[in-house]
Amino acid sequence: MTTLITLIVAAVTFGTVLMYGTLGEILTEKSGNLNLGVEGIMYMGGTFGLAGAFYYEKAAGAAASGPLAIIIAIMAAFASGMVASAIYSFLTITLRANQNVTGLALSIFGTGIGQFVGEFMRVSEGGYVALSNNLKESFSAVIFPDFLVGIPVIGNILFSHTVFFYLAIVIAVLMYLFLKKTRYGLYLCAVGESPSTSDAAGINIVKYKYLATIIGGGISAIGGMVYIMTTAGCVWNHEGLSGVGWLAVALVIFCMWRPLNAIWGSVLFGAMMIMYLRVSIPFIPTELYKILPYVVTVIVLVLTSMRNSRDKQPPASLGNNYFREDR
Amino acid sequence: MNTAENRTPLIRLAKRTEMSRRNMWLIRVGSIIIALILGCIPMLLTGNNPFEAYGVIIQGSVSRPVYLKQTIRTAIPLLGCALAIAPCFKMKFWNIGAEGQITMGAVFATYFALFWSDKIPHGLLLIIMALSGAIAGGLWAVIPAFFKAKWNTNETLFTLMMNYIAIGIVAWLQGGPWEGRKGSQLIPMFSDSARLPTVFGVNCGWIIVLVLVVLMYIYMNKTKQGYEIAVIGDSVNTARYAGMNVGWIIVRTMFISGAISGVVGFIIVSGANFTLYSGVADGVGFTSITVAWLSQLNSFAMIAISMILAILEKGSNTLQTRMEVPASIADIITGILLFCMLSCEFFINYRLIFRHKEKKEVTA
Repeated sequence: MTTLITLIVAAVTFGTVLMYGTLGEILTEKSGNLNLGVEGIMYMGGTFGLAGAFYYEKAAGAAASGPLAIIIAIMAAFASGMVASAIYSFLTITLRANQNVTGLALSIFGTGIGQFVGEFMRVSEGGYVALSNNLKESFSAVIFPDFLVGIPVIGNILFSHTVFFYLAIVIAVLMYLFLKKTRYGLYLCAVGESPSTSDAAGINIVKYKYLATIIGGGISAIGGMVYIMTTAGCVWNHEGLSGVGWLAVALVIFCMWRPLNAIWGSVLFGAMMIMYLRVSIPFIPTELYKILPYVVTVIVLVLTSMRNSRDKQPPASLGNNYFREDR
Repeated sequence: MNTAENRTPLIRLAKRTEMSRRNMWLIRVGSIIIALILGCIPMLLTGNNPFEAYGVIIQGSVSRPVYLKQTIRTAIPLLGCALAIAPCFKMKFWNIGAEGQITMGAVFATYFALFWSDKIPHGLLLIIMALSGAIAGGLWAVIPAFFKAKWNTNETLFTLMMNYIAIGIVAWLQGGPWEGRKGSQLIPMFSDSARLPTVFGVNCGWIIVLVLVVLMYIYMNKTKQGYEIAVIGDSVNTARYAGMNVGWIIVRTMFISGAISGVVGFIIVSGANFTLYSGVADGVGFTSITVAWLSQLNSFAMIAISMILAILEKGSNTLQTRMEVPASIADIITGILLFCMLSCEFFINYRLIFRHKEKKEVTA
């Protein structure tokens, strides 16, 4: 029982990282843009989030407050993600470059920037970039009072997580409400499904695509920051972050492009990714656990395309650019 | 100002009908130069002299035969894999699974290298390794192609997932069945008979790849199959009306593509690493997609592009040791280079018309 609870808690910690990446990419893909640069975006979010918190503490000294550091880290990561996806948007929407190639280029660029800045900070700060223990704790602090966390079983599963997990859930719910209940959300889905129809209906395609992609990139970037600040212990660690962005792309498919599914989907994927550390099932080598998320995603992808039910499909124009002149 | 003028947008676009070859290449070279200038920014920000840094990159990659050999060794898989991707992209089948196809090719080549090297003579062993690599890579690529042909499953996402499954399989082999010394998590080094011979100091993979360049050029431009691929790329419906079996062509093309990637995997393990590990493809599958696209899927242009990227990568390693600039600068400059070259195609295809120009024409 305790093993199961620790497994769930650990799965949530890793799942939170994935949830941001996935939610951002869902918003992006809803507009018909397949941004394969999530990997790079999350690298940039991680390194700039760390930089934001680190330099804030350096400037404020002992007076540095935890909540403010968290806000600065989020803002820094969000801004870096926005810049990265703005490049992608400009190239694919305005300059009409191929989405797959641009996304891969962004991945190469973003991982480069992430490692470069991470490495540069390390060298310029004399070998080690780390926050003081005070701030570190505030990043991984439990936000609910002790009596809630103390409830047996449920307390640990529901209330023992960092602020980032609850923030991600808020974002997921808001995104669901936006996409399903507001006019603008429906417009956005229309743009992703059929740009030419939306264009004819008078929706400003370019605006929707830009906004969705840029904000989505920002959200994805927060995921990188969360990884660095919680799992990696506030130290730049590019090995741990590598592959997370691609996993987020997989998770988008698994969630069927629905933000609410991302909540449990990311915890499930998180569990699959860390299971090899905690549970050993006889006859299945631990290394093979790690490919489970991808295998499951492939199966979901195949099944949805076979069943061909309308509400469980990728946005119809996903990956294709829209030019009004090209018919 | 009258209303008609107000309605004209500030900038309008018009498709260019024709552009001289010279201008096209001027724009492309110009975009590379702009990229190199933009690449100065991170160097300046970190307090390094960009001219000196570029000097070191060039020096460290081509100035001495030793460096040049290493640069070519980096370029071989990039070029080979770009060739593999070209037919898929021509068909508008977005195969981003080359990474996994390389890995599977490498796995099968490694199997023969590990368990048959003392039973089969050198030359035959290498041929068997290459063939098994090709078949493995091809079959790995056929899986998503089959589902695409049958149920129109999204191939971009499918091929992407297949990469990580392949890499996971290698990670398992590495720590399990093929592990050399217990606990080392390493697969033993190949014996000499499973290693590619060197020609002019570089493994003979470069000859294989250059032959493939010519073959791919002929295949894409001079054969019926190459023509079918081009038709499907332009319009699937046209291909159907013309009586082509679109599903079969998709599967066949993906097999060829995967097979070439598989051979690249064989070249990497047998010519460069002499062992197999989960990072065997090392991003080549992704980078080569950009190589293929930037070359306009032209086999000969790929030689130049893959050399440029290889020079950047090799040179940056030297840069790191000499000037303490992190080697990831290579990725940044590569990224900027890709962005610039991707955007320059826009200016080749479209013409910008500004509003005030229009006005003059009206008054004149």
